[in-house]
Amino acid sequence: MFRRLSDRNETSVSFTFNGVPTMARRGDSVAAALLAAGHCGTRQTPVSGAARGPYCMMGVCFECLVKIDGWPNRQACLTTVLEGMRVETQDGAAVPGQKE
Amino acid sequence: MDYDVIVVGGGLVGVSIAWGLSKCGQRVAIVDEGDLANRAARANFGLVWSSSKGLGSAAYSRWSRTSTANWHQLAAELKAETGIDTGFVQSGGFSIRLTPTELERGIASMAKLAGQPGMDAEGTPPLQYEILDQAETRRRLPLVGETVAGAIFSPLDGHANPLRLFAGFHKALKQRGVHYFPHRKTTAIRHHAGAFEVTGEGWRLGAGKVVLAAGVGNTALAPMLGLSVPLLPSRGQIIVTERLKPFLSHATGYLRQTDEGSVLIGESKEATIDHQRPRGPITAVLAERALRTFPLLRNAKAVRIWAAFRVVTPDGYPIYEQSERFPGAFACACHSGVTLAANHALVLPRQISAGALSEDLSVFHSRRFHVPAAV
Amino acid sequence: MIRNIQSAADLAPAYDLVVVGAGPAGLSAAVEASAHGLTVLLADENEAPGGQIYRSVERASDADLARMGPDYAAGRMLIERFRRADVSYANRATVWNVGPADEETGAGAHAIEVGISLGGIARPIAAHRVILATGALERPFPFPGWTMPGVMTAGAAQILMKSSGLVPSGRTILAGTGPLLYLLASQLLRAGVSVTAVVDTTPVENWRSALPHLLRFATSPYALKGLKLLLEVQRRTRVIRGVTALEAFGSGQFGALRVHRSNKSLHIEGDLLLLHQGIAPNLNLSLAAGCDYVWDERLAAFRPNVDGRGASSVSGVSIAGDAAGIVGAVASAHQGEFAGLSAALDLNRIGQGVYEQRRAQHAQKLARALRGRTFIDHRFRPGKTFRVPEDDGTIICRCEEITAGKLREVAALGVPGPNQMKAFTRCGMGPCQGRLCGLTAVELLAQCRGVPPGEVGYYRLRPPIKPVTLSELAALPHTEAATIAVAGFVERAHDAAQDATYGSHQ
Repeated sequence: MFRRLSDRNETSVSFTFNGVPTMARRGDSVAAALLAAGHCGTRQTPVSGAARGPYCMMGVCFECLVKIDGWPNRQACLTTVLEGMRVETQDGAAVPGQKE
Repeated sequence: MDYDVIVVGGGLVGVSIAWGLSKCGQRVAIVDEGDLANRAARANFGLVWSSSKGLGSAAYSRWSRTSTANWHQLAAELKAETGIDTGFVQSGGFSIRLTPTELERGIASMAKLAGQPGMDAEGTPPLQYEILDQAETRRRLPLVGETVAGAIFSPLDGHANPLRLFAGFHKALKQRGVHYFPHRKTTAIRHHAGAFEVTGEGWRLGAGKVVLAAGVGNTALAPMLGLSVPLLPSRGQIIVTERLKPFLSHATGYLRQTDEGSVLIGESKEATIDHQRPRGPITAVLAERALRTFPLLRNAKAVRIWAAFRVVTPDGYPIYEQSERFPGAFACACHSGVTLAANHALVLPRQISAGALSEDLSVFHSRRFHVPAAV
Repeated sequence: MIRNIQSAADLAPAYDLVVVGAGPAGLSAAVEASAHGLTVLLADENEAPGGQIYRSVERASDADLARMGPDYAAGRMLIERFRRADVSYANRATVWNVGPADEETGAGAHAIEVGISLGGIARPIAAHRVILATGALERPFPFPGWTMPGVMTAGAAQILMKSSGLVPSGRTILAGTGPLLYLLASQLLRAGVSVTAVVDTTPVENWRSALPHLLRFATSPYALKGLKLLLEVQRRTRVIRGVTALEAFGSGQFGALRVHRSNKSLHIEGDLLLLHQGIAPNLNLSLAAGCDYVWDERLAAFRPNVDGRGASSVSGVSIAGDAAGIVGAVASAHQGEFAGLSAALDLNRIGQGVYEQRRAQHAQKLARALRGRTFIDHRFRPGKTFRVPEDDGTIICRCEEITAGKLREVAALGVPGPNQMKAFTRCGMGPCQGRLCGLTAVELLAQCRGVPPGEVGYYRLRPPIKPVTLSELAALPHTEAATIAVAGFVERAHDAAQDATYGSHQ
């Protein structure tokens, strides 16, 4: 649903989303990387399980919450992708103590 | 006379009593302040708790125990009337003791409490508790921290959703045709021509009886009716976390998980702070103790921290009284409005309707604070 | 030269001035104040300075600059000045608390305490002065289906373009009102994006209130720019005007938009929907700090109450830029600069004479920068039905999934205000702390009660204004008095624990 402008030439960064190897570019936020990879839904709400995804991209809406390297409920738009990062759908409420 | 009873104060105490009065067939109105008033009603922890209460007043222990027992009826009636489930769970409560000293003190104070004369009465659930050592505490609450020294468990205790309780009362009141007037701060009440006249800026209402349930606002209003509600400042702070997957179904004395998943962490008592901004050092201590209690909460995020003022009398026990000068004027002031909601809804209103508080509530009259100094 | 704060350990315990936000207002404030010798910390949540409007401008290529337009490129110069200034700069830092110094831990000379979180560690910082430059956020835009994946804000699309060089690859629909909508349409079209339609929800009747200000607007820099944009967009894509209602459809994600115009409706298919109906001040830090606020009818939003130098009702706390009321990037920079200068005056680094001279200059610059805004505010004021949805099934509180119908039901109980409404419904209790529901909830309640929104008031906000972990909070300074307030006593090494004397609460 998003494509990279051809005159951008940042180096590639690889990460995984729900276990699937995915490419991003250096400097991408996790939210941008997920959108670039075609995922506009990235969590299920803790209230009803409804699908949600990045909305404001600036850290105020809290819709882009995902699990990053095991840490639940991270704002994907405020986190830069790093090589080897493990990103997962935030499935409802966080499990306490999951990430130690 | 516009109404049979005017209840001054639309917090938990006020709406519980108003609902009960309406069930007794009284025509009731509630006058309430605005959105940002000092509302203890929106600052509840949600405990329905009696086991550790009443050290110094067996009557208060009994009053709390009967209210806890009556909660089942309250929850059922509100659910039937409004469809709102108050989430009341009486699965027992753990008063967690983090250190051996805390545990020793807890044991001593429960023994003293249990040993008071007058703790038992016909129709009152007896006080029940168990002392749990470290191993037993961990057996029952496997997620508890390694350093937790023990706990005091009582099957009497439980918790509910205080905001749904509050919303439930308001909805029931509306359905029953009780008139609720917000933005009406009461400035004066007088008895005139056989009725009570409650007034504020630009408004006036009359009723045969008046009930003061205005929380910290009671102190100023009480003397107008020959009543007295002395209160001491007591500020409490609570941390609220993001929603978490369920891990704790029991109430503990200072930490509980709501049925929505968020965890509430308390409790603190400050006497000299007069604002409602959270204070860093209090937050730090609350958080640190919460993590010693349940280490798995280390990375849980606080999304809200707030502070509010409790309604606390000089000895901490309620004031329930009827005016001698103006019979028909009543005052009700207490903290623990959630625990006591059942008695406030099911027991007190009958007495107010009948025109007199029962004899066993006389111990809660404010005259107990007017004892002259010993010579 | 700038001092980059890499970790919480690098933070000093106190600064003369803490500036929150690295947009034009914050950058200008930091540059100005540091020039007069104040020790300054600028803390910002993002990776790089620039806020929203100048996001990623430092690493923008010539192609990016051409795409985004000249206003964007202007940000580079400001950031260069910032990089040369004697300022401590903490990026990726979240300021979650600003308020008067604590009664116990703040017993020193500094009037204000700031709670900041950096790299998973929370620190309290003392400051003589704080300037909040937290900018603005997109107004909520509630209508049926607005919460589904594939619906984003116009600002989000700009961020993706600026920071990552990403543009929509499918059929893109823009909906709403305001100059930014057309600016974005133009930027996307220039980047080769398939913009299916611009769905303009500007109320037709806005012309009436905007007309008196037309002349001032016509002679402002906005007019020519705006006209060119409008013509360009109209030429290159379909513009649908006079829209009265919207509904988004899709299974699992956005697939189509139903557009209502009087009694007709259109069905437009698409892959991405971008929304914009103006911006509003990002209030949370200001309000949590205790600043008084007012309802701004023209803006249809709350803003903090500040005087001519940005001073709020909280001693030592100033607010500059869009955070104090929507003024745009250039005016924000002027306000930030003046707030920084005012801090220098307060802390005796400059004399009154110099200050008065600069004040006069500032007033002129500000007036020029604000010229034409009144017209824009009136012309593009979002319509009532897009601020308070008539459809009861529309979600108002995205975090807690509370619908308009639920709020109306509770409003009918006579709730005295939005805080009671929040207590009864949980609307506003989610992690966004009302940023996406507050304005809607207040206007809905005002409508139900038949009173102006200013009379209804706003949510009572408190720190932390962004979530902070319990372990971070637990590591903040404890005091003995606080331990007693919580535990009842302080454990000592020897047997006798130190009790507090306080009345029984049992």
